[in-house]
Amino acid sequence: MSTGLNRFLTSSVFWRGVISIVVFIVLWELGARSKQWMAPEFFAPFKAFLGAMGFKKDYLPWIGVVPAPSAVLAAWGDVLASAGYWTSWYKSFFRVMGGFIAAMIVGIPFGLALAVSRAAYGTFFPTFEVLRPIPPLAWVPISIIFWPTQELSITFVTFLGAFYTIVINVLGGARSIDQRYFQAAQSMGSSRWDIFRRVILPGTLPSIMVGSAVGMGITWEVVVAAEMISGGGSQAAGTGGGLGFFIWNSYVGGSYEQIVVGMISIGIAGYFSSELLRTLGKYVTPWLRVR
Amino acid sequence: MSAVPHARTGAAADPVKRAVDAGEIVVSGVSKSYGATRLRKEVVRDCSFTIERGKLTVMIGPSGCGKSTMIRLLAGFERPTEGSVTLDGKPVTEPNRDRLVLFQETALFPWMTTYDNILYGPRARGEVTRETLDLAEFLLAKVGLQDFRNKYPGQLSGGMQRRAELARAMINHPRVMILDEPFRGLDAMTKELMWEYYSRLYEEYHRTNFFVTTDIDEAVYLADRLLIMSNIPTQVRAVVDVDLPRPRRLSDLVESDRANEIKREALSILHAEAMRSFARGSKAAADFVEAYLKRANRG
Repeated sequence: MSTGLNRFLTSSVFWRGVISIVVFIVLWELGARSKQWMAPEFFAPFKAFLGAMGFKKDYLPWIGVVPAPSAVLAAWGDVLASAGYWTSWYKSFFRVMGGFIAAMIVGIPFGLALAVSRAAYGTFFPTFEVLRPIPPLAWVPISIIFWPTQELSITFVTFLGAFYTIVINVLGGARSIDQRYFQAAQSMGSSRWDIFRRVILPGTLPSIMVGSAVGMGITWEVVVAAEMISGGGSQAAGTGGGLGFFIWNSYVGGSYEQIVVGMISIGIAGYFSSELLRTLGKYVTPWLRVR
Repeated sequence: MSAVPHARTGAAADPVKRAVDAGEIVVSGVSKSYGATRLRKEVVRDCSFTIERGKLTVMIGPSGCGKSTMIRLLAGFERPTEGSVTLDGKPVTEPNRDRLVLFQETALFPWMTTYDNILYGPRARGEVTRETLDLAEFLLAKVGLQDFRNKYPGQLSGGMQRRAELARAMINHPRVMILDEPFRGLDAMTKELMWEYYSRLYEEYHRTNFFVTTDIDEAVYLADRLLIMSNIPTQVRAVVDVDLPRPRRLSDLVESDRANEIKREALSILHAEAMRSFARGSKAAADFVEAYLKRANRG
């Protein structure tokens, strides 16, 4: 084991983190089991008070309705064996990556073009700014109307989620490159293309990575909501409809444990996507890593 | 780090020395203003001077006196409103490798290693030959950065960054090197080391150097000729020949009577200039009051 890892495992930061999570899970479990431990007569006045407030009398408000972590874990165990769950993962991932990669492919060159060309900026930026404040989810109905398949319409909405963020970051990043770098490059005989390739592109890369990380977060938010709204295909037919639909379907079917399973799954999926981007970012901007 | 065979320092063997081609810049009647008619601000007015061939000319003046504007004009990043800047008789119209600028703080590309930074110019012009690569090796050794060739600027100390930048400029064989307060922001010790280092480099190659600073010690220690500038709009207030022997020692700055005499002379001119601009400031205020009263009477 490396000394760095050793030091981390014995550090107060690590242990505080562990304690924080353990305490959270224990409180959650206790709260979820409130129906059992609130049974004795001793709690009668408290229950009367809850009733007066308009809550159900038999358990703690809010947390008492949530399935316990132990139950969630059990449900998770069951679901792991079902193909539908994994198809949900795959579908959501596919949509997120599809929309996200499309946003990068379109957004990065578009942002760079806005940054380097006054004409492009004048022509496209006003329209871009008019469309940008429209939340991606507001696009869901129209998107369903004008894309031939549901798959495409959901992917399009996730694309929008990442696109605006990526473009704004690329544009801002390219514009904030220090004037002296251009002057130095020009003096040393760089052509416009050479400056673009060796100054603007690497100079914008950190902003591209930041924009992508933020965009990835938005993409996951958007895909889940879009799947809930649009239905995302039928799980009953064994096709699965994405993690968002998995949650919605569990809600409709009354399987509360599975709702939480879906929520945590999305958390995990988002974390891994961000981690993937962070790793990629470190790889493409080595000069930021070494300070 | 296999091949760094450049312990050779003889004139014939030094690839930099062989290629030194010192140019001369003449600035005549240059004015530069910014902004449209009513908000027009004149930064340089009818300014003339010569950056003599093979000499180290230092320009000193109060902060914000338009020195940086002068550098942009010399480098060709901007064109003068009036007058002309010529290099060896040819008018300066655009940035070119024959006039390279070392900027305040470093302008090394943070995303390139030391080695890639040094080779930037040759690569930009498609001039990467065996000879250039050898020259890059020579310069790496010259500035003592062989062990840091694969480091990024963020990993270098302030002094190393300035040396890397000197190497990045020298590989292009500029006819004039323009330095815009290059050692600003370094700590006192590093700064003195850089003075000595830069001074040795100049004494070795006798390239034409134009060095802008606000530091009188730096100016007197480095200069062959000292241009003392007025406040905005910039003009040359006085030219002082610094006839101290070379190679110079830092101790000369304190011990040499001549150095102290030059310093006193330069300081007295700078002081007079500061007073004059102060007086001019109140004159401008008086003009404003006069104009205001006239308008008030008319209304």
